[in-house]
Amino acid sequence: MRESKTDRTFIIFNYVFLSIVALLVIYPLVFVVSASISNPQYVISGELWLWPKEFTLDAYEKVFKNKDIINGFVNTMKYTVVGTALNVVMTILAAYPLSRKDLKGRGIIMAFIVFTIFFSGGLIPTYLLIKDLGMLNTFWVMIIPNAVAVWNIIIMRTFFQSIPHELEESAMIDGCGNFRILWNIVLPLSFPVIAVMVLFYSVGHWNSYFQALIYLQDQDKFPLQLILRQILIQGQMDDMIQTTSESFLAQQLSVEGLKYAVLIVANLPMLMLYPFLQKYFVKGVMIGSLKG
Amino acid sequence: MANVSEATEKFEVIDKVNKRQYRRETKKKARARWRKSVTKNWQLYVLISPVILYFIIFHYFPLYGLQIAFKDFIASKGIIGSPWVGLKHFERFFDSYYFWRLIKNTVGIGVFTLVVSFPIPIILALLLNEVKSLRYKKFVQTIIYAPHFLSTVVVVGMLLLFLKTDGLVNNVIQIFGGTPIDFISEPGWFKSLYVFSDVWQTMGWSSIIYIAALAAVDPAQHEAAMIDGASRLQRIFHINLPAIMPTIVILFILNAGSVMAVGFEKVYLMQNSLNMSTSDVISTFVYRSGILEAQYSFSAAVGLFNSIINFIMLIMVNQIAKKVNETSLW
Repeated sequence: MRESKTDRTFIIFNYVFLSIVALLVIYPLVFVVSASISNPQYVISGELWLWPKEFTLDAYEKVFKNKDIINGFVNTMKYTVVGTALNVVMTILAAYPLSRKDLKGRGIIMAFIVFTIFFSGGLIPTYLLIKDLGMLNTFWVMIIPNAVAVWNIIIMRTFFQSIPHELEESAMIDGCGNFRILWNIVLPLSFPVIAVMVLFYSVGHWNSYFQALIYLQDQDKFPLQLILRQILIQGQMDDMIQTTSESFLAQQLSVEGLKYAVLIVANLPMLMLYPFLQKYFVKGVMIGSLKG
Repeated sequence: MANVSEATEKFEVIDKVNKRQYRRETKKKARARWRKSVTKNWQLYVLISPVILYFIIFHYFPLYGLQIAFKDFIASKGIIGSPWVGLKHFERFFDSYYFWRLIKNTVGIGVFTLVVSFPIPIILALLLNEVKSLRYKKFVQTIIYAPHFLSTVVVVGMLLLFLKTDGLVNNVIQIFGGTPIDFISEPGWFKSLYVFSDVWQTMGWSSIIYIAALAAVDPAQHEAAMIDGASRLQRIFHINLPAIMPTIVILFILNAGSVMAVGFEKVYLMQNSLNMSTSDVISTFVYRSGILEAQYSFSAAVGLFNSIINFIMLIMVNQIAKKVNETSLW
């Protein structure tokens, strides 16, 4: 079908508009990448606009020599791996029984869980509880208080409900117990939703700083995001500067380059995973929106 | 005659007894069936028990602990042993000079966010839906989803780097002959920076749900409209927009209901001593007075006040939506 004149102008406008939006979103990201691999002198003087000038990896070298950053990176890895493992197991444990129509009292249990979305004790009572449990400033405070998220239980339950119930019934007739049904029949069919959950939770762990800010005191337990906050937002880089034997001006320059390199390093795992992330996250949003 | 009525009375009595017995028996049977299915599915209860335990400890126990908002919490006496003080902490909060400042900032940021960040993803989805080239569509989507995966610390870090007095944005301003602006410490800029960086980060991601809803529109409707000579814009307004209206309304209820629930994470990172007059919101105030200054009872009361307002807002918006649009959460 031929487009009318007004439709053609609309289509042209549409392409132009969307291209501008995409440019506005990507430009800051490209700029950060370029700035991180350029001589910081050009960044400060405002001569760097898009492409890197005087390519150098100095900033990255300094980042990877910094003990705090490396330590934060390792801590975040630990929190993310252990936390995500617990999250996924707990989500399955909640979602599978709740997906079974023959589970008596599942309405009550569901209401009991969903209630916590709307009503919570809030920051202070939760903090006092953690304190009373003796979890302040421990490894586990980053893991256990967020053991499972209600929305993800709902997403996973919706997925489990879409598995044909006949499969489970026939297994039951063959004398299969519920544990074995979950392990041998349901989970092998659930790879896509488990992938979604792993990504949802791990991105959450990787990016969060709030838990750590409130519950952790020791610098050596800090996750990467808190270290980043010190460097980028509070401007604490004394120890980093001291390790270099440069003049004051040179130090200022390397601080500038460092900030951009730190931004990249902090997002490295996410950047590498982005193609998968995008695919599975979109899938997760779709499953969730069916019954949101 | 008397005999007859007596007889019917007797029958009725017997009938009642029978019914009662029958009911009792069905109840017994139901209970037996309950017991049977519970014993049959005991493994399912075992599976879910750690989750229930988790919710009791980490979600219901803090709810119970909320009573310290009405008490003077003394650590050595614990939650139960601390003395009741009624609404003392609420009164102190309402009477304090920062009360209106906090309300003004919290509502201001919430409403600003709602007005700007809510419609943009809808427009974006409607426009993306008109793109014929699948490759171009995918390309744009890949770009605009990306910032969603950046952490708040990184986004605020970028903001600070770009908006410094000698940063990228001020370099552009100077090229066009303007004078540099100190965006970060100028209180007047805080809300705009907060909201527009939020738009930058979330618009693509928030559009996904509308794109999904648009994919479900029946193409036959568009074909019929095209035969009637409807232009693209007309079809967007009369077919696509009504099709995603229920989704829009539900998301609007959720968003409007959380106008007062301005998140802590980003505001706290963007806050500095110079912009406090516009950047201090209830959640950052609770953090400061509760965690940093250890005024547990007082800040629990402030937090409780905030959640009550949030809940009332949610119910109100839901009620309005029900009347106006016949779509609602419940």
